[in-house]
Amino acid sequence: MNDVLDVALRLLIVFAVFMLVPLIVGQTEHKVMAHMQGRLGPMYAGGFHGWAQLAADGVKFVQKEDIVPAEADRRVFQLAPAVALLPYLLVLVAIPIGPSEGAVGQVVDAGIFFVLAVMGIGVLGSLMAGWASANKFSLLGGLRTAAQLLAYELPMLLAAASVAMAAGTVSLPGILNAFEWWWLPWQIVGALVFFVAGLAELQRPPFDMPVADSEIIFGAYTEYTGLRFALFLLAEYAGIVVLCGLTTVLFLGGWHGPLGADGLGWVWTLLKTAVLAFVVIWLRVTYPRLREDQLQKLAWTTLIPLALAQIALTGIVKVAIN
Amino acid sequence: MAPIPGSGLAKGLAVTLRTMTKRTVTAQYPDVQPELPPRSRGVIGLFEENCTVCMLCARECPDWCIYIDSHKETVPAAAPGGRERSRNVLDRFAIDFALCMYCGICIEVCPFDALFWSPEFEYAETDILELTHERDKLRDWMWTVPEPPALDPGAEEPKELAAARKTAEKLKAQQQAEEAEQAEQAGTPQGQTDQQTQQPEEPGQEGQE
Repeated sequence: MNDVLDVALRLLIVFAVFMLVPLIVGQTEHKVMAHMQGRLGPMYAGGFHGWAQLAADGVKFVQKEDIVPAEADRRVFQLAPAVALLPYLLVLVAIPIGPSEGAVGQVVDAGIFFVLAVMGIGVLGSLMAGWASANKFSLLGGLRTAAQLLAYELPMLLAAASVAMAAGTVSLPGILNAFEWWWLPWQIVGALVFFVAGLAELQRPPFDMPVADSEIIFGAYTEYTGLRFALFLLAEYAGIVVLCGLTTVLFLGGWHGPLGADGLGWVWTLLKTAVLAFVVIWLRVTYPRLREDQLQKLAWTTLIPLALAQIALTGIVKVAIN
Repeated sequence: MAPIPGSGLAKGLAVTLRTMTKRTVTAQYPDVQPELPPRSRGVIGLFEENCTVCMLCARECPDWCIYIDSHKETVPAAAPGGRERSRNVLDRFAIDFALCMYCGICIEVCPFDALFWSPEFEYAETDILELTHERDKLRDWMWTVPEPPALDPGAEEPKELAAARKTAEKLKAQQQAEEAEQAEQAGTPQGQTDQQTQQPEEPGQEGQE
């Protein structure tokens, strides 16, 4: 009975985090983006500096009509947002926040493997959406998404593999236990590759060519309305949280901080994640959207060679140490 | 020296970060009223006491958006045995702001200073027909017309002021002449000196204003 309660509580907490933190990131994006562009951003909803803007947006989305195109593949069309969103919830279960057993939803021995495999499922949501909409633009967007995610999955995996090699384990808490401060400069290239590839996986600007709302009218999500559309948006923000959390855990030393207070490890994790989320927003505001060919070129000619070089470096250092 | 590869990317990041730390330029309009320049073209105000129904504004209006109705009244003779005179009385003065293109020609052309620009701009309506505003509304807007800007220092005196000043001076000179005459007749020249010292100052002050 106690076990059931424990599991239920953990799942509940993870779910609460999953519902809350992406909203915080979204609101931060509203404000940071606005100020970076010399304007104010939402100011009215909720009173103080529009803190309730996203909640109000949610209410707005719920009120809207839920439309499924007549020619669409109904069931696939309706399932797609859930398929896009759920993987991030599952990944969140496995991300360790602090050093103790209680600071992680579930310790998975093959952590990296689980996390990257499950994150890959999110792609399926976009593909399903693009195909089931029975619409040329959506299909085009869906196929572009597929091409982009194929291209960027590889450098992401290679970069993660480098860390796993360095730690000698694929368990996320295991990697953090093995972490030393000099891993930061050692794995910096891998970290950059992982982060950039992750951005592209999330289809965040400047890698949002498949959704390019001003050119191909939101790509695979063209036909979506109301709550289903909101779920796709939520998936994007949940994705940011997951990506930043993962980068923190894999490359930035998670709960290890310059001040060795073990009890406050989770603060370091959250802080690093928040800083990375800010960087995600920052990059979005700063850079223009990449063209399709530039996007592919970046993945195949830059990121993958860099990731391979990182693996080679990791291997050499590892052998030298031993 | 060739730029370091990627320095452009870093420069871009620096620009956005710097902008974030600066004050935003957003005008919070409904909460904070904008500071409008004195020549703002918001709406047209009517100073109907000055209007003589000469119809110049309505005729010059490129959009034909000014509606004027009037009738003639006869004014009884001022002096017994004189002629009765007729006078135009304004019945209706309306501007259709749905048509108005704010060219300001009516204001420019009005010979009697009956039309003015008011900076008032919040008069949106839900029905386009309600944008035809009648004389009472236009009269209300007249109160919002700002004072005309002051003349440049050293500018030529406006001719209205110059004319008024000249008449005043003439009148004064005449009075003084009369007073001097009276004083001479009474044989006491004391009051004369005071007024003579005051006299040259006053026109100078008026000219500066």
